Amino acid sequence: MSTRRTSSVIPGFGLTMGYTIVYLSLIVLIPLAGLFFKMGSGDWQHIIEVITSPRVLAAFRVSLLTSLGAALANGVIGLLIAWVLVRYPFSGRKFVDALIDLPFALPTAVAGIALTSLYSPKGWMGQLFGEIGIKIAYTPLGISLALLFIGLPFVVRTIQPVLQDAETDVEEAALTLGASRWVTFWKVILPTLLPSWLTGVSLAFARGIGEYGSVVFISGNMPMKTEIVPLLIITQLEQFDYVAAASIAVVMLLLSFLMLFVINTLQWLARRRMQNT
Amino acid sequence: MSQWHIDVQNVNKFYGEYHASKNISFQVEKGKLVGLLGPSGGGKTTILRMIAGLEQPDNGSILFRGQEMNRVEPQKRGIGVVFQNYALFKHMTVFDNIAFGLNVQKKSKSFIKERVNELLDLTNLSGLGKRYPNELSGGQRQRVAFARALAPEPQILLLDEPFAAIDAHVRRELRSWLREMIDRLGITTLFVTHDQEEAIEIADQILVVNQGRIEQHGTPIEIYQSPQTDFVARFIGESTQFVPKGIIHGFNGVADGREVLIRPEFVEIGKPNEIALPSAASQGTVRHLYYRGASWEVEVEVGGELLIGNRSVEKSSLKIGDKVSVLVHRLIVFENGKANIVENQFKYDPMPVFI
Repeated sequence: MSTRRTSSVIPGFGLTMGYTIVYLSLIVLIPLAGLFFKMGSGDWQHIIEVITSPRVLAAFRVSLLTSLGAALANGVIGLLIAWVLVRYPFSGRKFVDALIDLPFALPTAVAGIALTSLYSPKGWMGQLFGEIGIKIAYTPLGISLALLFIGLPFVVRTIQPVLQDAETDVEEAALTLGASRWVTFWKVILPTLLPSWLTGVSLAFARGIGEYGSVVFISGNMPMKTEIVPLLIITQLEQFDYVAAASIAVVMLLLSFLMLFVINTLQWLARRRMQNT
Repeated sequence: MSQWHIDVQNVNKFYGEYHASKNISFQVEKGKLVGLLGPSGGGKTTILRMIAGLEQPDNGSILFRGQEMNRVEPQKRGIGVVFQNYALFKHMTVFDNIAFGLNVQKKSKSFIKERVNELLDLTNLSGLGKRYPNELSGGQRQRVAFARALAPEPQILLLDEPFAAIDAHVRRELRSWLREMIDRLGITTLFVTHDQEEAIEIADQILVVNQGRIEQHGTPIEIYQSPQTDFVARFIGESTQFVPKGIIHGFNGVADGREVLIRPEFVEIGKPNEIALPSAASQGTVRHLYYRGASWEVEVEVGGELLIGNRSVEKSSLKIGDKVSVLVHRLIVFENGKANIVENQFKYDPMPVFI
């Protein structure tokens, strides 16, 4: 060998890389490729008909908007929760911290049923909101609510470590330079958190698009109104139209990929400046 | 209006049970550079942070030009702070870092540009305005932190271990640069350091702080030459400490049974004919020799005690085992935590014996 490889602490690049590729192929790439093959085996006219049908387009709209809405709302609430958990040493903090992971562990269908019974027009919260004229269950708002629940830990858990590592002397520096607390938050703290915030929000968003279990209960699944894409795919499968199901899935996949790509680029731009210091 | 720019009166600070600042009182004149010197964890930074308004004293007052500052927020104190790790805004360019305080004050764009460029010149950072902090060396970051703190024209500059994270040779340069800059701007400056060389070199006044207490307040010369407490004497300079057994010529009876401290510069070591006052000298044997470049460090045994002294490289060289004369010019004798300086009696003998 003409060039010397830089040695790392743990050797075995070849072995671990090989394992990584085999693993990713078996778990991620091959199933996804299968999707494309399935779609490719179908009749193109039929595929285009399915994808451009008003019902499918409406489902795309519902899925993307509710996921995006929930991810952004989680971005705000999650930041607040992470802040409280890191900065204030209150009693019971460990308990609250453990609660954050609950949406990870709870079967999503359980969450869906619980939320539906709470927020349906006859439920506890549903009645309250009903009085002021807001319907939550069986509307896009209800879908967002379920996604809010599902996505929260992603935002909190990505921001938390960064906030923990953030030096408070930077904030003190801003104070001594005459900045109000508000200016310090906007100009100093938030930009530092931006990359991890974007990661958290994009994870919550991606999770929201794919979420099925909790949403089907609270959405009511009305075609054109509260029908989400994953449900539509199941519907096609139940009718044994595998090509249609695969086609919808592929479009969903490409859309998600595109949006994640955009978010990751933003994140890369934000993070690039802050390395090594 | 008070004559003191900073006046700290009987300030106490507790962290729970821990008494971090004990009855701190001191005054600083306008335009002076004052060093807070002491071991790590001694409470220097706490004092600095209380003056900055980042910590509140539990009692006592802090006054700037006679005005009580205790309840004034850090934003309104007119201070500039340079933090130990600089605390630069990593997501901002050097220019934006320095402009931060001016932007907060809503100064005009053209004013900000002029002022920042002026500060970039002052801190030898011209041309680096567009860089990000991670693209700078330690010394450059340090100077950005200075420029940022100076931009809003504070009346007081507070520096927390400003040179701690910098290479030794760059540190030396930065020190003299800091001294010059502060003289030029005439800004009252307090800095925290655990490095006595640094404090002695650049400070007008030194506050020696230990275990939350001010041990001594004085000029570097006073601190060095007449330490008032046991702690200051031991902390400043190099020294050898022991309880003498009547072995040092010229100090008969002064230090019986008490601990004394000798600094290398108190000790003159020479061949018998080299010492000007042979009657005041003791006899010793050279035990170790260390070459220090500018001088020899000589370890000499006098009556069972090892003393350290310096000897010029220009003088004839000594060998281990040589018999030498050792003239101890003065001693510091400890008594109940106080340090007293005692001169060699025979040096001032009214009737010296000439041989």
